[in-house]
Amino acid sequence: MRPDDRKYLSSHEWIKIDGDTGIIGITDFAVQELCSGNESDLVYCDLPEEGRVVEAGETFGEIESVKAVADLNAPLGGEVIEVNSAIEDHLEILADDPWERGWLIKIKLAAKTSDALLDAAAYEDVVAQEA
Amino acid sequence: MKQTPLRDTHHALGAKMVDFGGWEMPVQYGPILDEARCVRERAGLFDLGHMGRVQVNGEDAVAYLDRLATNHVAKIPTNSIRYSLFCKEDGGPIDDLLVYKGDDHVYLVVNASNTDVVLEWMRAHTGGFDVEIDDQTATTTMIALQGPKALEVLKQVTTDCDLDALGYYKFTFGTVCGVPNTRISRTGYTGENGFEVYFANEHAQRVWDGIREAGESAGVQPIGLGARDTLRLEAGMPLYGHEIDREHDPIQAGLAFGVSFKEEKGDWIGRDALAKIAEAPTRALVGFTTDGKRVPRQGYALMRGDEHLGDVCSGAVSPTLDTNIGTGYVPVELAVPGTELEMDIRGKRQTVKLVEQPFYSRTRKKS
Repeated sequence: MRPDDRKYLSSHEWIKIDGDTGIIGITDFAVQELCSGNESDLVYCDLPEEGRVVEAGETFGEIESVKAVADLNAPLGGEVIEVNSAIEDHLEILADDPWERGWLIKIKLAAKTSDALLDAAAYEDVVAQEA
Repeated sequence: MKQTPLRDTHHALGAKMVDFGGWEMPVQYGPILDEARCVRERAGLFDLGHMGRVQVNGEDAVAYLDRLATNHVAKIPTNSIRYSLFCKEDGGPIDDLLVYKGDDHVYLVVNASNTDVVLEWMRAHTGGFDVEIDDQTATTTMIALQGPKALEVLKQVTTDCDLDALGYYKFTFGTVCGVPNTRISRTGYTGENGFEVYFANEHAQRVWDGIREAGESAGVQPIGLGARDTLRLEAGMPLYGHEIDREHDPIQAGLAFGVSFKEEKGDWIGRDALAKIAEAPTRALVGFTTDGKRVPRQGYALMRGDEHLGDVCSGAVSPTLDTNIGTGYVPVELAVPGTELEMDIRGKRQTVKLVEQPFYSRTRKKS
C-alpha cells in the first residue's frame, strides 16, 4: 500500500496537504514506468519557476528518461512557492525516495479538493490496471 | 501479441517487454546506456525474431525483385547482401530491407511492423513471374551478435565455415552451436562488426545459450531494442517510421546508395518518381547534436526564428558521443554541417548543431 496521508492522480502524481500548502510529487510507479528500475535512465526534469500559478490538472513540468517524456500534472491549483531544485541535478532521488525527499514543488493551495483526486486505495486500483 | 521462441528467456532475465511491431520484445534488460556501451566496448546479443524473413524462390526471383526493389538485385554478387527499399509508384517507401542473393534464391529481411504489408505487396506483384514467396517469419528466428568481440565469440561456437573470411555484407551457411545450415551474415544495425544468424525456431534456446556461454568471459550481454535504436542512430542508419516512411523517400533521406537508376535494371516501381526527386531535392535528412539536456524526440519542430523548417525524426542520448543526438529534415540549402538551428520542445527552444553523418563510425580515423 502506498502512503495514505496524501491524494493521487491517475496520471501518477501525489499531493500532500499541509495547512494551506500542497506538496506535489510523483509516485514510485511513475518513476518505474519511466526508467524501468534503472535510475540512470532518467535524464531531465523541468520544474516551474516560483510564483507561477498552476490550475488543478494543469501541466507544470516534464520529466524525461532515455526513452520517454512524461507530463507533470498539478493535482490541485495554486501558486508555486517552492521548487525542489536538487531534483534537477539528482534525478536518482526520485528513484530512492519519491514520497519525501523526492517532492517536486510546493504550492499555496487555491482550493483543497478536486473530483480528480484519488485516495490511496483508489490509486492502487489504477496501478493494478496499468501494471 | 506475437512472441519469439525466446520470450520466456527474456522474462527470466528481467527484461522490460514492450509491443514492437506487434511482437512482445525486450526493450531493455538493464540501463539502456549501459547496454549501448556494452556493444561498443565488448559485444551484445540481440533477439531479432520479430524481423520479417521472406525467401523468394523460382526462376524469376531476381527479375521479379528488380521490378519491386530500388537496388539492382541482378548485380548483387552471389552470397552478398545489399540494402534496398520497396517503394510505391509515387516513390514513397513501403519498407526498407536487406536483400541476400543466394545461388538459387533471394532472401529478404524486412521490418516487423511492415511484414504484413510487404508480403501483401509482394504477392500482388507476382503476375508474369515464375516465383514462390515463402514467408519464414513464423517458423524461423534470428539472433544478432554485435561488437568488437563478436567475431572471436561466434568463432568458438561455429564450425563448417570460415568466419574470418566472411566479408562485410556477405553471408554463408555453417553450423552454429551444433545447428547445421545456419544462415550467417556479417551484417547488423549497430555500426559494429558483427553477425546475424538465422535458424529454425526449435534451436533458438540452444543458440542463445550457446553464444551467451561462449561470450561470458568476453563480457557479452543480452541487449534490448532500446539500446539497438540508440546504436543504429549513432551509426547513421535509418529506421522505417522515423527517417523514412510513405511520405519520406530514400533520396532525400540520403539513401541513394540503395537506389539504382541504371538502365540494365529496367523499369521498377517508383523509379520515375524517385528520379524526379533526385533531380531537384527540396529537403534533406540531417543529423544534429544538442548541448541541452532535452533529448530530441520524433515530431519536435526544427525552427529558425519563427520559420518551421522540418521535424525531428529520431533522437537519443548518445553514450558514445556523450551528448544528445537526433535526425530531422531541413530545406536542402540548410543541410550544411555547422549550421545552428533550434528545436522546439513544447514551446521551449534548445539549440541544435548539424554535424556530419554518421555520428559514429567504427572505421573512421579518429582525428
